[in-house]
Amino acid sequence: MSAGPTPPDVVVRAVDVRKSFGRLEVLRGIDLQVPRGGVLCLLGPSGSGKSTFLRCVNHLEKIDSGSLEVAGEYIGYRRVGDHLQELPQRKIARQRTSVGMVFQQFNLFPHMKVLDNVVEAPIRVRRESRAEARAHGLELLERVGLADKAQAFPRQLSGGQQQRVAIARALAMRPQLMLFDEPTSALDPELVGDVLDVMKQLAADGMTMIVVTHEINFAREVADTVTFMDDGVVVESGPPAQVIDHPTNARTRSFLSKVL
Amino acid sequence: MNETPTRDDTSRSEQQARSSARPALTVRPLRHPWRWVCALVVLTVAAAMLSSLLRNPNVNWPVVRDYLFAPVTLDGVVVTLYLTALAMVIGIVGGTAVAIMRLSTNPVLSGLARAFIWFFRGTPVLVQIIFWGYLGALYPTLQLGIPFTDVVFLEGRTSDIITPFLAATLALGLNEVAYAAEIVRGGISSVERGQTEAALSLAMTPAATMRRVVLPQAMRVIIPPMGNEVITMLKTTALVSVIAGQDLMTNLQRIYSQNYQVIPLLVVAALWYLALTTLLSLPQAWLERRFGRGHLAASPSMWSRLLGLRARRTAKEA
Ligand SMILES: Nc1ncnc2c1ncn2[C@@H]1O[C@H](COP(=O)(O)OP(=O)(O)O)[C@@H](O)[C@H]1O
Ligand SMILES: [Mg+2]
Repeated sequence: MSAGPTPPDVVVRAVDVRKSFGRLEVLRGIDLQVPRGGVLCLLGPSGSGKSTFLRCVNHLEKIDSGSLEVAGEYIGYRRVGDHLQELPQRKIARQRTSVGMVFQQFNLFPHMKVLDNVVEAPIRVRRESRAEARAHGLELLERVGLADKAQAFPRQLSGGQQQRVAIARALAMRPQLMLFDEPTSALDPELVGDVLDVMKQLAADGMTMIVVTHEINFAREVADTVTFMDDGVVVESGPPAQVIDHPTNARTRSFLSKVL
Repeated sequence: MNETPTRDDTSRSEQQARSSARPALTVRPLRHPWRWVCALVVLTVAAAMLSSLLRNPNVNWPVVRDYLFAPVTLDGVVVTLYLTALAMVIGIVGGTAVAIMRLSTNPVLSGLARAFIWFFRGTPVLVQIIFWGYLGALYPTLQLGIPFTDVVFLEGRTSDIITPFLAATLALGLNEVAYAAEIVRGGISSVERGQTEAALSLAMTPAATMRRVVLPQAMRVIIPPMGNEVITMLKTTALVSVIAGQDLMTNLQRIYSQNYQVIPLLVVAALWYLALTTLLSLPQAWLERRFGRGHLAASPSMWSRLLGLRARRTAKEA
């Protein structure tokens, strides 16, 4: 927090983020930054705290200390003098409008049709008119190649299609930042490509993204920065050519040798 | 096995090729002859019991006939239905609120909900009914005002304010809140955590998340036991006859305490409760389908299962 004000072109800034579950310290001082339009791929072994960090970024988990800013706001908190005051749920909800999240298990709403999944939050939260939300929703479904499934229920879609709907649903809130937590890990191998293509397009369109993934080729191709986490700390971070192809840390090397 | 195919293998595959050219084989479902035998036995016994009841002079069927649609009976039926509906509305609305309180992270709210459920589930509903009916014995007058001050908005005699019908409604309604709360809580807990997280990540407030995402999915789990609650409630209303609640049972009791035709009037009561519970269980299947949207098809009805109709129909479609 002594680092001064966040420059406007930085979308995410984490400084010494710490988080424990009971006595287990899961995040042990995470520092990272994502510039506007940047794509950061977060790699690391299972249990290293990647999901927990991502969930802290939109305050699905509270952090214990440090600071986490998204677009210049402390997510979940308001700065009062020299401390951070936790905000009430309604205010946190308002802050979350700038952050979209895509989950490993898709988490589409099973009782709503595809288009209703997409327009629910724009109508309820952003107070868009139904017509406006539907037009935008159909446009997004078109973008992920599923305009013809607008009236289907999520159960009637394949995993890959569900995940692309989930991406469209998150984009419908017009976020500044997209978080992806292993978006292709629950998919059959032949369905992974379609989802990654949508994400590549999104990155090419200039979306700021943090992607937790085991898809090394995707990271190499799309990421501006690859950050390797292990045991709650950032072990190594840099451009993909450096971290993936010439890792300096032994733990990074051992991890990459397993997933490549 | 990496051996080269023998002549035997070749001839078998030729056979298969030939058989697949024949018309497709029909599929016959398993037959259940014992079901028919059992059904026959059950029907015979039932018919014997029914005929013995119908021919029993102690039932006094003419009295049953006279009172089955008598105005006093019909008045009671209306009150019984009205009481059931009111108590269930109180129960479901209150129960949902108590369930949400119970699941709240606010310790005051969850503690209050726990205490409420503990008390109202832990005492017999008959005691609660009598308690509300005789509230006047505990508090002869009731006041609405600000505690520990002299400010009073309303004041009156308890027996004027809490009529037997209101006492019955309060007793059954509040008791139902406790049971409904546990059913709703079970329903809410059955919805995956990921659903809540997805809704929150879309910037929905916790209240909107509950209303738009969690509760509609919880309905699927809530409706079947809640349907049972409605049926149970309809029958439980008979207990309010102890405080003269004006329901069907109260009215029929008043009659047999005068004419001593206890059995025929109890038969009238039984016939009406049976008819009403049958009627009330009809909407349940529709509701289950409505809230099962997006999930697997509902299970087949009792009749189609009993007669194996489903199996036969699908076989024909194939
Ligand atoms: N809600 C929770 N309660 C307790 N422990 C948790 C919770 N969530 C995660 N953990 C623990 O935190 C550690 C990091 O988990 P996670 O962030 O999911 O790792 P990753 O996503 O890198 O596999 C694991 O040891 C996990 O068991
Ligand atoms: Mg994870």
